[in-house]
Amino acid sequence: MLSIKNLHASVEGTPILRGINLEVKAGEVHAIMGPNGSGKSTLASVLAGREEYEVTEGEVIFQGKELLEMAPEDRAREGVFLAFQYPVEIPGVSSTNFLRTALNQVREYRGQEPLDAVKFLSLMKEKMALVEIDQKLLSRSLNEGFSGGEKKRNEIFQMAMLEPTLSILDETDSGLDIDALKIVSNGVNKLKSDKTATIVVTHYQRLLDYIVPDYVHVLYKGRIVKSGTKELALELEEKGYDWIKEEVDSATV
Amino acid sequence: MSTLTKQDTIQGLLASAPANFSSIRLKGKECLDKQGLPALKAEEYKFTPITKKLETSISSFSPALPVSISPEMVNSSVFKGFDGDILVFSNGNYLPELSSKIAGVEVALLSEKESTALGSVAKPEKDAFAALNQATFQDGIFISVPKKAKIEKPILLLSFCQSNEGQVIQPRVWIETGDFAEVTFMDLSVSLDDSAYFVNKVVEIKGGINSQINYYRIQNEGKSAIEVSNIETDIQRDAKFTSVNLSLSGDMVRNNLSLNLLGSNSEGNMYGIYLLNGKTHVDNHTNVDHTIPHAESNELYKGILADQSRGVFNGKIFVRQDAQKTNAFQQNNNILLSEDAIVNTKPQLEIWADDVKCSHGCTVGQLDEEALFYIQSRGIDQLTAKGLLLYAFAGEVLEKIEDESFRDYAIGLIQERLGSKF
Repeated sequence: MLSIKNLHASVEGTPILRGINLEVKAGEVHAIMGPNGSGKSTLASVLAGREEYEVTEGEVIFQGKELLEMAPEDRAREGVFLAFQYPVEIPGVSSTNFLRTALNQVREYRGQEPLDAVKFLSLMKEKMALVEIDQKLLSRSLNEGFSGGEKKRNEIFQMAMLEPTLSILDETDSGLDIDALKIVSNGVNKLKSDKTATIVVTHYQRLLDYIVPDYVHVLYKGRIVKSGTKELALELEEKGYDWIKEEVDSATV
Repeated sequence: MSTLTKQDTIQGLLASAPANFSSIRLKGKECLDKQGLPALKAEEYKFTPITKKLETSISSFSPALPVSISPEMVNSSVFKGFDGDILVFSNGNYLPELSSKIAGVEVALLSEKESTALGSVAKPEKDAFAALNQATFQDGIFISVPKKAKIEKPILLLSFCQSNEGQVIQPRVWIETGDFAEVTFMDLSVSLDDSAYFVNKVVEIKGGINSQINYYRIQNEGKSAIEVSNIETDIQRDAKFTSVNLSLSGDMVRNNLSLNLLGSNSEGNMYGIYLLNGKTHVDNHTNVDHTIPHAESNELYKGILADQSRGVFNGKIFVRQDAQKTNAFQQNNNILLSEDAIVNTKPQLEIWADDVKCSHGCTVGQLDEEALFYIQSRGIDQLTAKGLLLYAFAGEVLEKIEDESFRDYAIGLIQERLGSKF
């Protein structure tokens, strides 16, 4: 589904990603872990098309298409979804209007009929139940005045509405208490299928107790320096990242 | 001194001024002679070189005669959902035969009401264009809402403008409301073609005790229209006046909006949006005068400027020494969409009382890139994403419009301009 080859990216001339290689197949869950500043969020942002990152080398093929050549909205329409680490508050834009506009543009791109107000609302109700989000939140401006947990839940709700093929969760767990984490993870798990894939970017192993990964990759200094199964995450939880840093740093000296 | 004040240019206007209101006209002429039309560096007009614009764009400084207006033209110019009475004007001249008879409201030509104290609200000493209008207006309209009358339906002032030779249109409107009266006015102008003309408009509003007056206005005229308006309101105690002004088009537009709070517990609100493109230049000069204690004023203007457009905001608030316990708030926010767009914004507070609550603020910025990316990342194209953000930006002002059909009309115009529906 997703094939990342030798991806290099920089911000304002500073290289952040220095040759990422990653293959993700339908039905898989990949966790990307790593110490702060290793490039985890950059990878997520580059995949979603954030402009301030300049791709200097490499390619990303998503379902046979060159992902990096597409505008952010086309990536979304093709089925890529990024759950933001810091969802943006947008005063004056109602959540409902926003989602309806988004969903209908995505549907149009996919050759589907737009949803009328009634069908849209019933779809919303169904998906709201999935992430246990309160209707009251959605009648407000997008993310405005939401708590951290509410914002993250709203990300997963949007994901549920847009039904992406590839979901990228950027530190969706950070700042959540256990209950909120369970709700969010539960939502993500219900949305998984053998046709979709998930990339979970996280600093902590805790999330992976709830969203169980097939593969765990460790990102350090812009490269994937170690890959393994969920046991690797447990090992990282226990021993921290220092042993990996040492391993990599001594190898490159 | 500008060439316009050397009299030969405005001679045509002076020569064709009617004989009525002689002492009032004389006062206007004296004030005009004293001030002259604003010179290039005149402080009050320093960002808006209106006199120069008139010299280069207006070929015939004489009154534009009324053009013929049909009932079909009136019908097709009224926005969808409007339910109210219509007063029709052609080049500033009130046309009773095409206008509604409004139950409970007295409407007359100004020439039939020569005792009207024109110039007592919009004072000719304060602005040369107000003085010019006072000296040389042709005829105008007198509207009186009696005491305790609640006028349920809005009154639409619908002005048609067309001047093939670049002439001058000088509407003169007098509105008075009795104590406890309630009324909503809507002010729309329609350019019949794209030729240049100069509108020099004066609206005077006198609000009685505990009266409630709304004045909603949309400026969406031809790209060559030049306009100066002086709208000034006096309100008495416990009264409330709300102005909402939406500027969308024109060549050079200057709005002088002044509000005099003359009685305690009165409330004045001035809201505006200027959404500009091309080379349109819109200048909003507002003036609130708190003369007495316990009054409140709120002001919020938002600007969105594309292409080479230019916006000017100047918000003056006077709080006089007696005006203790005043609440006065002012805010002006701008988004520039192009490198060539310019905005000049200036809050100007003069506070002589010592127990007041006043605030002001202005911002000039660009669209929030992070918000834009967030919206696009959900599958919404960039144009619509920008539209959503800009519409949200303007929304805070739009929600001040109480009349639903007018609000929907304003929203429709804004969405059309922003190139997206949502």
